[in-house]
Amino acid sequence: MDVSKFMAIMISMVFINNFILSKFLGLCSFIGVSKEIKPAVSMGIAVTFVATMSSIITWFIYRFLLIPFNITYLRTIAFILVIASFVQFVEMVIRKTSPPLYKALGIYLPLITVNCAILGVAVLNSETFFIGKTTMSGSFWMSAVQGFFAGVGFLLAMALMSGIRQRLELIDCPECLKGVPLAFVIASLMSLAFMGFNGFKF
Amino acid sequence: MKNLIREFVKGITIENPTFALVLGLCPTLAVSSSVGNAIGMGVSATFVLLGSNIIISLIRKLIPDQIRIPCFIVVIATFVTIVEMLLKAYFPALNASLGIYVPLIVVNCIVLGRAEAFACKNRVLPSIADALGMGVGFTIALTIIATIREALGEGEILDFKLIHGFDPAAVFILAPGALLTLGLLIAAVNWWHIRKKDNKEIKKLSCHEGVCDGCK
Repeated sequence: MDVSKFMAIMISMVFINNFILSKFLGLCSFIGVSKEIKPAVSMGIAVTFVATMSSIITWFIYRFLLIPFNITYLRTIAFILVIASFVQFVEMVIRKTSPPLYKALGIYLPLITVNCAILGVAVLNSETFFIGKTTMSGSFWMSAVQGFFAGVGFLLAMALMSGIRQRLELIDCPECLKGVPLAFVIASLMSLAFMGFNGFKF
Repeated sequence: MKNLIREFVKGITIENPTFALVLGLCPTLAVSSSVGNAIGMGVSATFVLLGSNIIISLIRKLIPDQIRIPCFIVVIATFVTIVEMLLKAYFPALNASLGIYVPLIVVNCIVLGRAEAFACKNRVLPSIADALGMGVGFTIALTIIATIREALGEGEILDFKLIHGFDPAAVFILAPGALLTLGLLIAAVNWWHIRKKDNKEIKKLSCHEGVCDGCK
């Protein structure tokens, strides 16, 4: 267990390879749910939770089911089914146990199933931490950390974006730019700013 | 036949998945850094759309309503796996440059959206027309974005140098350029729609007041 490795994953997932701003994963919900701060942050928290849990679950599936039986080509189907059923399960549990939490997060959970960030992080884990059929040492913890910080990066981008967009409501801009196009232009500027963490390599 | 053509054309024009419905953004932006990748992704997505629309419209009466989404996802994931294996076998270079965005076709909202909105309510032939229209519309949109980005970012399209002595702005093939290009393209489409609407209203208004006699 090497702490510096975890730090590298953290910085890379939150800032340098931010899922939304440099990999374009989860962009639909980024544009769709970022009009106000509160729902945007709730969505970010829900994504963080689901991304962490599904990273852990898909690691077990990949390591103990797909690799031993030599069926890694079924990765996509297996992962999406597991994620979909996990999200459904979480929704049911939250609805039973904590109605206020369900009210805050519930409507975003079904959306998360088709959020590319979740499947994206699962696929990314299986590609970076497994070389062929051998497992890298400490890959379980690295997968979990990668999932968690991918979610944190998503949360950060959502929070920043919704803060900006709330103020943009009052701005006087050309009719054709209002709404989605303006959101893209803002996202582009944010992405440019986040590239600064990488150092510009033109 | 007329209906089929209408279903096909609407995917390219008024219901274009990228510019009008703003769906399936992740692959649109991620792989549009070069025209070759864009066409590869467009064709793969069209194949998945076609396959899933056909199968889902065939079995639409067998699927119980409550669990239809998981059923759709399984069908879609099957076709995505087929595409993954085909790309790996026959186009390894394209597969490498598309990377994780190939398995991510599963969660492309366009595919699931067409299954939910069209294929599960219509018969096979209209579903095929719808899938082809949406697929072609998606491919065209991807190619337009990729052309702009590659021309400005690399100064060439499909290895064909456009202008000699042009210093390309590399930011256009990176993430910010993708977002900016798509934002401005959607704005342009909006502008066109607004202008058309305004023209119509002006015409109507002046006719109503009897100012012009153009309509007579």
